[in-house]
Amino acid sequence: MTKLLKKYEGMLYITPWLIGIIVFTAFPFITSFVLSFTNYNLMSAPKFIGLQNYITMFRSPDFRKAFGVTFRYVAITVPLKLAFALFIAYILNFKIKGVNFFRTAYYLPSILGGSVAISILWRFLFADTGLINIFLGFLGFQSISWLGNPTYAIFTLSLLRVWQFGSPMVIFLAALKNIPESLYEAAKIDGASKVSMFFKITLPLITPVVFFNFIMQLIQAFQEFNAPYIITGGGPLKSTYLLPLMIYDNSFKYFKMGYGSALSWFLFVVIMIFTAITFRSEKYWVHYSDGGDE
Amino acid sequence: MMEAKSMKREEELVKIDKIRRKRRHRKEQIGKAIRYAILVSVGLIMLYPLIWLIGASFKTNAEIFTSIGFMPKDFDFSGYIRGWRTSTEYTFARYFANTFKIVIPKVILTVISTVLTAYGFARFKIPGKKYLFSILIGTLLLPNVVLRIPQYLMYREFNWLNSYKPLVVPAAFAVDAFFVFMLIQFLRGLPKDLEEAAVIDGCNSFQVLIYVLIPMLKPAIISVALFQFMWTMNDFLGPLIYISSVEKYPVSIALKMSMDASAIVQWNQVLAMSVIALLPSLIVFFLAQKHFVDGISTTGMKG
Repeated sequence: MTKLLKKYEGMLYITPWLIGIIVFTAFPFITSFVLSFTNYNLMSAPKFIGLQNYITMFRSPDFRKAFGVTFRYVAITVPLKLAFALFIAYILNFKIKGVNFFRTAYYLPSILGGSVAISILWRFLFADTGLINIFLGFLGFQSISWLGNPTYAIFTLSLLRVWQFGSPMVIFLAALKNIPESLYEAAKIDGASKVSMFFKITLPLITPVVFFNFIMQLIQAFQEFNAPYIITGGGPLKSTYLLPLMIYDNSFKYFKMGYGSALSWFLFVVIMIFTAITFRSEKYWVHYSDGGDE
Repeated sequence: MMEAKSMKREEELVKIDKIRRKRRHRKEQIGKAIRYAILVSVGLIMLYPLIWLIGASFKTNAEIFTSIGFMPKDFDFSGYIRGWRTSTEYTFARYFANTFKIVIPKVILTVISTVLTAYGFARFKIPGKKYLFSILIGTLLLPNVVLRIPQYLMYREFNWLNSYKPLVVPAAFAVDAFFVFMLIQFLRGLPKDLEEAAVIDGCNSFQVLIYVLIPMLKPAIISVALFQFMWTMNDFLGPLIYISSVEKYPVSIALKMSMDASAIVQWNQVLAMSVIALLPSLIVFFLAQKHFVDGISTTGMKG
């Protein structure tokens, strides 16, 4: 008895997780795939309609627009956020006095940033008569309709996420601290400049972390919901109507569960394609100092 | 003669070296100044919106839209008083109570379930562990968006809609792979000799967990609790989907509602309530900022 218990002890500890994975992840995952081929409005039983949802989706101008906007949003947000995070982490890695203070100050927005309060603040800062425009006026510039102009609105939302560069920054900083000082000293003796040291030593050594941050930010950005929902409501002219907003509207406002599932699966496949490409490209640019396995 | 010449040369070399060193020193000083200038100005950009928010919450509606400074001319508390009362039949006290009804059980359940799971993964032989671990990592990357509709339909079957169960119960099953992963990473870094000694002394595996590992895991557990606290406080989409009656709204929804309540937004009230809504998170962050940074660094390292 005790022997049997010993053998399955570990299993016992992970049982809650195992149940969770089946009930709250695996089952919904499969169900949503099945639902995406049905017409289901909660009133009557789901009706199988084949690929109809997907056909409707690809024909819908709303969908095409939302896809384009989502794509643009991700393409602006992720590189900008990562570049900024790395830049600041790089500076903080010099022997800076008060590094803890700066780290805390930079990290704060990323911990509060997902909240409704910060989205409200953003909507207010970038309002037509908000702080940013008051400031621009103060400097003698014309005010900009940040949230009213379709060209700028998506950028304003990106800016909110870039402002939250703290968590990738902390991860970059930890990785930078792990680079042995001796490597830089050796390079210095060989007469390397700071710039070439950054590109020849620093960057290659932290590629695993760049990889990790990139994937995490990518997945997050594709699912952005709070900021466009609260700040712009998807407007103006649907210029910030990201796919997650469209999914929410169709699923939980119009209760088109089948169509919503098809949209979700489309977004899921897009994210997976990007993740897969990143993983595939790993061997060309990610450098593991210990030979590949963790 | 020859000696004097070489002496002179040496002196010259020393001189050049000195100049070079001085130049390098100056260059370093300039570099340092630039770095601090960047750090301070970025810091200002990071924090000024928050500081300004606090100041603006004490301003009158007229002043908010005209002044760039954060200090109000005179402190006007009406934003807080009217905002707290809200335009609904409940005050923000009710919404805060609701938020904590979600946050507290969720944090506790998350800590228990993720510690047990991480312990199982990090310390035991499990049949098919390799696959199970890949699944765990897979869920870390799985976009939640694809699960939302079936989860909603499932909770509807359970009769859980318009209750906090859909937001809280999954936490008992370690659904946040991020935390499990973080704890596993932490456990891997702990030496096993203490546990082995405890086993020799006759402890069973659960006693080892309680008496040996949990004390050592404390920093990681605090990180898990803190992150879950923040995320749940900030959660908007969850309550938006599942909670439909006003009396059950958490702060996040109530705040959004206060902005939509009337055609003309009472900005000083909305901003005042935003400050209040951020307050618990701000306090927790400043009390425990070290744990946040440590927590996020450990997971990032081996991703």
